[in-house]
Amino acid sequence: MKKLMTGNEAIARGAYEAGVLVACAYPGTPSTEILENVSAYDEIYSEWSTNEKVALEVAFGASVAGARAMASMKHVGLNVAADPFFTIAYEGVNGGLVVITADEPGMHSSQNEQDNRLYAPHAKVALIEPSDSQECKDYLKRAFEISEQFDTAVLFRVTTRVCHTKGIVELGEREEVGIKEYIKNPKKYIMVPANAKEKHIEMERDRLPKLHEFSNTTDLNRIELNDSKIGVVTSGACYMNAKEALGDKVSYLKIGFSYPLPDEKFKEFAEKVEKIYVIEENEPYMENFIKALGIDCIGKEEFPLCGEITPQIIKKVVLGEKTPSTYKLDILPPNRPPALCAGCPHRGIFYEMSKYKNKINVTSDIGCYSLGASAPLSVGDTVVCMGAGFSAGIGFDRVNKMAQRGKKVFGVLGDSTFFHSGMTGLVDAVYNKSDLVMVILDNRITAMTGHQENPGTGKNIMGEEAPMIDIVSIVKACGVKEENIRVINPYIMSQNKEAIKSALEAKGPFVIVTKQPCALIKEVQKKRANLYSEVDNEKCTKCKACLRIGCPAISMVDGRVLIDKVQCNGCTVCVQTCPYKAIKVHQERGGENE
Amino acid sequence: MNKSLLLAGVGGQGIILVSKILSEGLMEEGYDVKMSEIHGMSQRGGSVTTQIKFGEKVYSPIINAGEADVLVAFEKIEALRYIENLKSGGTLIVNEEEIFPLPVLAGLEEYPDGVIEELKNKVDHVINIDARKVALDLGEAKSSNIVMLGVTVKALGLEDIDWEGKIKKYLPAKTHEKNILAFRKGLETL
Ligand SMILES: Cc1ncc(C[n+]2csc(CCOP(=O)(O)OP(=O)(O)O)c2C)c(N)n1
Ligand code: SF4
Ligand code: SF4
Repeated sequence: MKKLMTGNEAIARGAYEAGVLVACAYPGTPSTEILENVSAYDEIYSEWSTNEKVALEVAFGASVAGARAMASMKHVGLNVAADPFFTIAYEGVNGGLVVITADEPGMHSSQNEQDNRLYAPHAKVALIEPSDSQECKDYLKRAFEISEQFDTAVLFRVTTRVCHTKGIVELGEREEVGIKEYIKNPKKYIMVPANAKEKHIEMERDRLPKLHEFSNTTDLNRIELNDSKIGVVTSGACYMNAKEALGDKVSYLKIGFSYPLPDEKFKEFAEKVEKIYVIEENEPYMENFIKALGIDCIGKEEFPLCGEITPQIIKKVVLGEKTPSTYKLDILPPNRPPALCAGCPHRGIFYEMSKYKNKINVTSDIGCYSLGASAPLSVGDTVVCMGAGFSAGIGFDRVNKMAQRGKKVFGVLGDSTFFHSGMTGLVDAVYNKSDLVMVILDNRITAMTGHQENPGTGKNIMGEEAPMIDIVSIVKACGVKEENIRVINPYIMSQNKEAIKSALEAKGPFVIVTKQPCALIKEVQKKRANLYSEVDNEKCTKCKACLRIGCPAISMVDGRVLIDKVQCNGCTVCVQTCPYKAIKVHQERGGENE
Repeated sequence: MNKSLLLAGVGGQGIILVSKILSEGLMEEGYDVKMSEIHGMSQRGGSVTTQIKFGEKVYSPIINAGEADVLVAFEKIEALRYIENLKSGGTLIVNEEEIFPLPVLAGLEEYPDGVIEELKNKVDHVINIDARKVALDLGEAKSSNIVMLGVTVKALGLEDIDWEGKIKKYLPAKTHEKNILAFRKGLETL
């Protein structure tokens, strides 16, 4: 049967067909839909793990116990999981183990564009790169075979264009490979120094040469001979872009198995073509290797290192083609950045914080609330990686004190981020007697990545009820004093105000937990569907105070302030902000207010 | 020859759904199809695009400057934003609907006047329609994306594919009737 599938759907299908029994992930674009699709197969146990390190460790445990297992994550997730990754490389596997990294050349929705292929030579783990949806499915099955054949974890690297492009896939059947016997083997699975020393030597001496030989012989690395003038070495999405741009005008060496790289295949290809272009996004990974073999090739001197390499760029570099003609207009569009939704529970407290611009610094984090850093709220001094909202705040606060700036630091992060890596920062703040104010925006969902369950939501990925882990209890258990904890409804501005005021005056670590579910959660939408606010234009003085809260439902058209009934969910943040009491909330039939 | 289609709009307008319906119809018609949906921040009202290429053999759906045969803009200023992707002589389908982005709402930037006139003056083939109004007249504002699907299908000359079946597959049963009417209205526009 043929089906139109994204790369992520095809990977999930591949996991099913490969007989995978355990799949773990932490959400992150562009990898999220892999596990979401896997969870639809009853044969596979799937879990949203607390973070990527946990996901990989759970998958590793499952592999040692004898099942085929996988962990998927976005590129920066592998940084979090790097610790187990490097040592699992020594230990190898029992059931096949595949780590899927979804990289983001072009940073469509990420904070960096690191090239995770480089993890493979660093950790000495086999690397596979599919180019389209069909290969996602087929190569994932190969990855499990390779993992078991060579007793190694396999890194499976995809990029946004592979993950999020739909293409036609020919489906296969599931092969039940079952659970292998587990035999206790401390020399293999207990990496104390004595064993690790041996394992490291074994890996270098036995496994890597075998993988190297495999790389030179496998059909995953294949030469497509056409004209011999130009040869293109490429992999992943770039192969598709090169084929789109150059078709059969040039010859290809398509690399699907990219660590260890196939030196013999490169030499063979170099003998067959006159001029070699290496087309790869981000780092010159293959290019450096080929140049080290003494083979001449053109890579980053002509192709960009930053961002994606599109068919148009390839046509320009290889064929010298000009940009095709198009239209130029005299009117430029205004920007359309993403914004906190109408009725977003994060808005109220961000608006309140925005009033203290000269009194506080805000170390923010990655989640919908990173949008609070844009105008008009403009709250946030730093955003770096998940968890840093708290930990960076601890350092910022120390130095503010040393420099006697008289500014308090607020660290901000969401519920999913709190469980992922915010808890460790909280413990650090308490243990090291920081005066950091820690704001936990509990909207009861992992919103940014498209609404996944997390340990605080009471459900798991399979839709079952799950224990709901209570954030406030954790905060208390970590030793934050009762008087330094505020649990508030962020739709109520007086509560936001009081919490921030108390935080400014407090000594020692202070925690504010805002509790209000994301406005896009289905039940919330249903419950608030009939609520909306309306401006009384008699009372409105056009002071524009309501426009400064940055709600996309509020606009000023022809000198009148208007609220879009459809978008508005009656959160009343604007109602409470209007100094002239010109906005009122209404309720059409049914529905309930807080 | 492969044909390329760039759909541009605002998060929440339902352009990914339209793209899925289009791609599946094209596949069943026997074309090779690739569709790229980059939806990172789409739910938060940001600008969203999907790219569809179909033909005998398609490798990559990526569309750069001057490469789209058809640009379907689900909102007026998104036509301005992506016009450089339309090839000279290509067709622009534009929904006259206005959705103010946050910088405009906050008074930091202005929503331009005379967009449709500018497009009609400069671009050779423009099909403009107020899809939201058409859908509202049918009593379901949300169907404006399906009106746009109808216009697009007609402009591509692909009316023979079973689109109504696809609409039924992808949309909830209670909306079928209105969406099918919306689709037919779209077809009739040209
Ligand atoms: C290490 C890492 N993993 C995953 C992501 C992707 N990601 C960005 S924000 C986010 C979670 C946000 O959830 P939450 O903290 O609950 O905030 P919300 O978006 O719900 O406001 C995730 C998973 C990331 N940026 N870094
Ligand atoms: S009540 Fe006001 S702030 Fe809240 S969603 Fe409606 S318009 Fe926006
Ligand atoms: S998705 Fe939810 S948390 Fe994110 S901006 Fe919208 S309402 Fe806020």
